[in-house]
Amino acid sequence: MKVSYFPGCTLKTKAKDLDNYARKCAEVLGVTLEEIPAWQCCGGVFTTSRDEIATKLSSVRALNDAKQKGQPLVSVCSACHNVIKQTNAAMQNDEEFAFKVNNYISPDEYHGETKVYHYLELLRDVIGFDKLKEKVVKPLTGRKIAAYYGCLLLRPGKVMAMDDVENPTIMEDLIRALGAEPVVYAYRNECCGGYIALESKELAKEKSQKVTSNAQEKGAEAIVTACPLCRYNLIKNGTEVPVVYFTELLAEALGIKE
Amino acid sequence: MENSKQNLCNEIVRRSGVNPRKCMKCGKCSGTCPAYDEMEYHPHQFVYMVETGDIEPLLNSKSIYRCLTCFACVDRCPRGVEPAKLVEAVRLAVVREQGKNHLKADDIPELLDEELPQQAIVSALRKYSK
Ligand code: SF4
Ligand code: SF4
Repeated sequence: MKVSYFPGCTLKTKAKDLDNYARKCAEVLGVTLEEIPAWQCCGGVFTTSRDEIATKLSSVRALNDAKQKGQPLVSVCSACHNVIKQTNAAMQNDEEFAFKVNNYISPDEYHGETKVYHYLELLRDVIGFDKLKEKVVKPLTGRKIAAYYGCLLLRPGKVMAMDDVENPTIMEDLIRALGAEPVVYAYRNECCGGYIALESKELAKEKSQKVTSNAQEKGAEAIVTACPLCRYNLIKNGTEVPVVYFTELLAEALGIKE
Repeated sequence: MENSKQNLCNEIVRRSGVNPRKCMKCGKCSGTCPAYDEMEYHPHQFVYMVETGDIEPLLNSKSIYRCLTCFACVDRCPRGVEPAKLVEAVRLAVVREQGKNHLKADDIPELLDEELPQQAIVSALRKYSK
């Protein structure tokens, strides 16, 4: 099976492990991630204002490209995924907005037809955690892993519709499928501070430390995330628990980690 | 003057898509806001102040740069008010004015470190500059 793939700017530079292992693992699982040609940066955060057009065009172009190919659009970075999915919803539900945007992609017209998946959803809904489990060659038996969702994977829940916003299970189910033991802790869906790291280092520090110390208290040996900025904030602000991308864990269990 | 402020206020409401009158002033949005301690005006106050047209203090407050766009207030508001969208609309009313960018390209080099992901820079620029 082939799907359209939007890697995003950070996966091409600072977060290569998120990108490389996502591609390789997908191949092992029978899915080819076809990179969208000439994709442009998603912008990192969705601008909720209805009259913001230009900042959403890169997402619409990627979505429209996938539509032309009749493929779903997959991304791995939480932030790209959040921007693309929220933009897709706006194209479906806000006619005035869609009308303005469509002026820029003429003669094409796009109204949110493309199915958008986060890579985790691809694993759960398309491949299936059961199938994934069968492909595991090095189960992570006995390892205690804490999933860190942060904000962007889940919220706004109405739009992202990935999982229960307050009690998600998708990453814990993945951890279980890989043979490890998920560690559930209160701060797994609270904000790490995100881009505030540029504006207020103190605030980013306070938020990130709450997450890492909470995971540590609950006995986590590692924290997994799908977001390069979450990973940066958690590591930068001091953690005794290593923070890795979920794709690294996946690659390890599938026996293809370098 | 009063008239233009009222127009701006209406514009903020329109572009946010929020109906501030739905708010029942329970304060849950502010209770859950991770930036609460660093905000002079909190999410529920944004809602109330926009509703009553008292936007001048918001336009001049650093609070608009403290929101993390975490959408916690959006999901946890029992009335579906979505305060984050109002915070964003107020911020845009400021940074869209000429010369009012909160983060300038020239400011960036000194904020960088080796590991900082691009994502942080593009996000901050999108939030703080036009
Ligand atoms: S989106 Fe902004 S205002 Fe709302 S809870 Fe998060 S930081 Fe606070
Ligand atoms: S949570 Fe919703 S209803 Fe409660 S104060 Fe905030 S905006 Fe108003």
